[in-house]
Amino acid sequence: MRVAVVRFPGSNCDLDAVQAIRTVPGMKADLVWHEDPAISGYDAAVLPGGFSFGDYLRAGAIAARSPALRHVSRMADGGVPVLGICNGFQILVEAGLLPGALLKNTTLKFVCKWTNVRVENTNTPFTRAFKEGQILRVPIAHSEGRYYLPERDLRRLEDDGGVAFRYCDERGRAVESANPTGTLGNIAGVCNEMGNVVGLMPHPERATESILSPSGSSDGRHIFESLLRND
Amino acid sequence: MIRMISGELRLGLTPREIETVRKVLGREPNETEWAIIDAEWSEHSSYKSSKKMLKLLPTTGRRVLLGPGYDAGVVDVGNGYVITLHIESHNHPSAVDPYGGAATGIGGVLRDILSMGSRPVALLDMLRFGDVARSNHARWLFTNVVRGIADYGNCVGVPTVAGDVEFDESFERNCLVDVACVGLARKEKLILGESKNPGDVLVLIGGSTGRDGVGGASFASKNLTAGSETERSSVQVPAPFTKKLLIDAILEAAETGLIGGMKDLGGGGLSTALSELASKGGTGVDVELTKVRTRHNEMTPAEIMTSESQERMILVLAPHGSEPVLEILKKYDVPHDVIGRVTAAGSMKVRVDGKVVADLPVELVTGAPLIPWGSKKPNLAGRQAAARPADPKIASSLLALMSSPNIADRSWVYRQYDHEVGTRTVVKPGDGDASLLRMPNGRMLAVKADGNSKHSSLDPRSGGAGCVAEACRNVVAVGAEPIAMVDHLQFGDPSDPEVYWSFQESVEGIADYCSELGLPVVGGKVSFYNEDSSTKVAIKPSPIAMVVGLDDRMMRPMSWFAASGESIFAIGRTKPELGGSEYFESVLRYAGGSVPKADPAGDKRLYRAVLKLVKYGLAAAVHDCSKGGLAVALAEMCIPSAVGASIDLARVPADTPDPVDLLFSESHGRFVLSSRDRKGVEKILKASGVPYSMVGRTEGKMLQFSRGRRRLAAVGVGRLAKAWRDSLPEMMD
Repeated sequence: MRVAVVRFPGSNCDLDAVQAIRTVPGMKADLVWHEDPAISGYDAAVLPGGFSFGDYLRAGAIAARSPALRHVSRMADGGVPVLGICNGFQILVEAGLLPGALLKNTTLKFVCKWTNVRVENTNTPFTRAFKEGQILRVPIAHSEGRYYLPERDLRRLEDDGGVAFRYCDERGRAVESANPTGTLGNIAGVCNEMGNVVGLMPHPERATESILSPSGSSDGRHIFESLLRND
Repeated sequence: MIRMISGELRLGLTPREIETVRKVLGREPNETEWAIIDAEWSEHSSYKSSKKMLKLLPTTGRRVLLGPGYDAGVVDVGNGYVITLHIESHNHPSAVDPYGGAATGIGGVLRDILSMGSRPVALLDMLRFGDVARSNHARWLFTNVVRGIADYGNCVGVPTVAGDVEFDESFERNCLVDVACVGLARKEKLILGESKNPGDVLVLIGGSTGRDGVGGASFASKNLTAGSETERSSVQVPAPFTKKLLIDAILEAAETGLIGGMKDLGGGGLSTALSELASKGGTGVDVELTKVRTRHNEMTPAEIMTSESQERMILVLAPHGSEPVLEILKKYDVPHDVIGRVTAAGSMKVRVDGKVVADLPVELVTGAPLIPWGSKKPNLAGRQAAARPADPKIASSLLALMSSPNIADRSWVYRQYDHEVGTRTVVKPGDGDASLLRMPNGRMLAVKADGNSKHSSLDPRSGGAGCVAEACRNVVAVGAEPIAMVDHLQFGDPSDPEVYWSFQESVEGIADYCSELGLPVVGGKVSFYNEDSSTKVAIKPSPIAMVVGLDDRMMRPMSWFAASGESIFAIGRTKPELGGSEYFESVLRYAGGSVPKADPAGDKRLYRAVLKLVKYGLAAAVHDCSKGGLAVALAEMCIPSAVGASIDLARVPADTPDPVDLLFSESHGRFVLSSRDRKGVEKILKASGVPYSMVGRTEGKMLQFSRGRRRLAAVGVGRLAKAWRDSLPEMMD
């Protein structure tokens, strides 16, 4: 399994993602510059976190219109797994590969903390290794992560299994007190109808080694390991 | 087009300095030459007031590869890896434009780390403001400084992992915004800020040159006045995205091994960078200003030479064979222009369209004469301790301390910083006394910075030693051995003999402590003129020390009690040292008394003993005692897991029987440690020769104090937690 981690000018979690993926046996990861057409040749693509193009205009807006996204879009249409983490999620939303929008947190502040996230949909190439309802410990770090969708579309997204991850408390309840950003329905990540494109605000690449986690977990790793599972 | 005529000169030079320049040069310098000398002879760039005293600091050691004098100190951390350390402040800019000032302060320190060819891997921010509980202005500064740091640091992808915040009325008009950076590199990839080979070309890269920051070094070297508000143009404009590209491009270019020398453009702009490259390399430079990309038409040569526009660096490249470096700059869209070359003559030649507009000996530019300031011991009022209240009201005093802005939970600050990017942060802010970063050589690096202006104002010598001692304790508490430090010395106007005396005392205090401990000072910064000329209020003396430590073990204690049934030890001796304490300030509203004195010889034994306990896995939790004393240290250990403790004050090793001293004195050289193996701990501590005693156990949901059988106070851990956690958010949001 060869994964392209797409580096935009301003990406800053790109090296972390490469390193995290490489800790999984059987997986290879390369850093691919956003202008490099070689992206298309990979088995999966990861759009990492950061501030692509300085977040000018809107987070992810400029990257969504870069040449890389034409390749990524074709890959997504062809069923190739595509994962957007944090700014990568913002890019996928801006590019229309995922529904909705990511607005400024209700606190209007950047927030960096570890959260509990519940897996809502295990039928994506990035969530196959989980049991439904499994709780992951993963950190967030962003100021624009409040997921938004008009109510009718949100209901359809929920009904179609489009919500991939939800913030929850230690016992798995998606309560308001466990919602770090005011995101709609505690939504932390979503997927497209085919399920092959997934975006999430938490950073699994920061939670792949137990030494990095305050609780000693390495839950983020299973997101990448899922790619090796054939449903 | 370069404008050749300018308005009046705003020089910061003294009449004596002006005379010296004329004498050495043997002629009247022109306007451009004056501007160059003014920038480089500013306090900010020349250290003319402090250089002599700084020689007292120990700067060598077996791990030190490069001490003070370069853009960053370099310390060997083993297996072919080095770390680079640097500390800066952006006080004056932040006082007039807190958001931009704080942000560009990070930009500056990052470039220093980058110019060594090292990757910036951690930022620390040490902030000082007025009384946030009362002052709207202080809250405005605090809010925007933190936002500036967050927006810039988060964007460039360098985690902000630690810091220190202190509030005091003396910072009301002059806030302090210090930022330190740690870099990581392979030893053989280091690049120095020197131009050794005549014929090499000088390439200016990064942002364009504008009027922002013109005269910034000079601005930083004066007291703030009512007119300072109009000096906003002396503050640079932050551009973190440009900086991010610069970082990526430079790190990739450094890998080629083709960069002969590198220097960031900070205070003093091109003038300072060029003269220092030439001075360190023993060469000269010859530059053409029409090659410099300017942001405005009609900039004068003086403005171009002293502009402090952000995100610019100078590379020294061989005239041939450097194409790979230029290719990388192109890939990242980093503008780059050859603006001149290195010459054999020791002079700095500046041209416009080939015509020489400045020609100065490098030695003159970098050779600002030192200023022998007078020094006088002030009459330090209030030496004697405050009258003690008959009833110490322990519970309410402790709750007041927990909610004091100087002690309260800092998560309001560090939650706004990305402290995880880079996936190196093993112990994160709030999870330990220091932060711990993993390095590619398999070792851990602990980092923490501390300072205590309240101690320093009453006794600058003890305060200076104390800030090093506190940072060392924090590093030791996470199981790391202190290996090096950098300092930042911040004072008022040095022409005031009493201010200069406090500076001298602080340096001597730091030098004595570090020499005895064997802790090298590999770099630092001095910032004078933190004084408001209308109110004549100078800041309290504010030395700050950032200490780094190495940890080879995987044993890491917690910094809080995790479970009931553990034995609690007080290690180190408590003395009646309430001077400058938080108890005096926020409970008794009194400033004075005799401040804690650090004992480096005793601390050396103490650190060794605590590190041994950690190494043998005997320490379940370790936390140092500092602001608020033993009582606050215990409360902070109870809060995270809501575990109570019962403490017998009669057993605390001490030179005083007074419960107020025992609870709230801020004596240095003390730790609280908990363990499940009482005998194991006692065996090691007995052999170590440090004062210690088992003072209680973790149990229940209350923090209880007794003396022998007499119960003195009990406070619910929930109440302590609420007081501590709610304080800053309630003040700020």
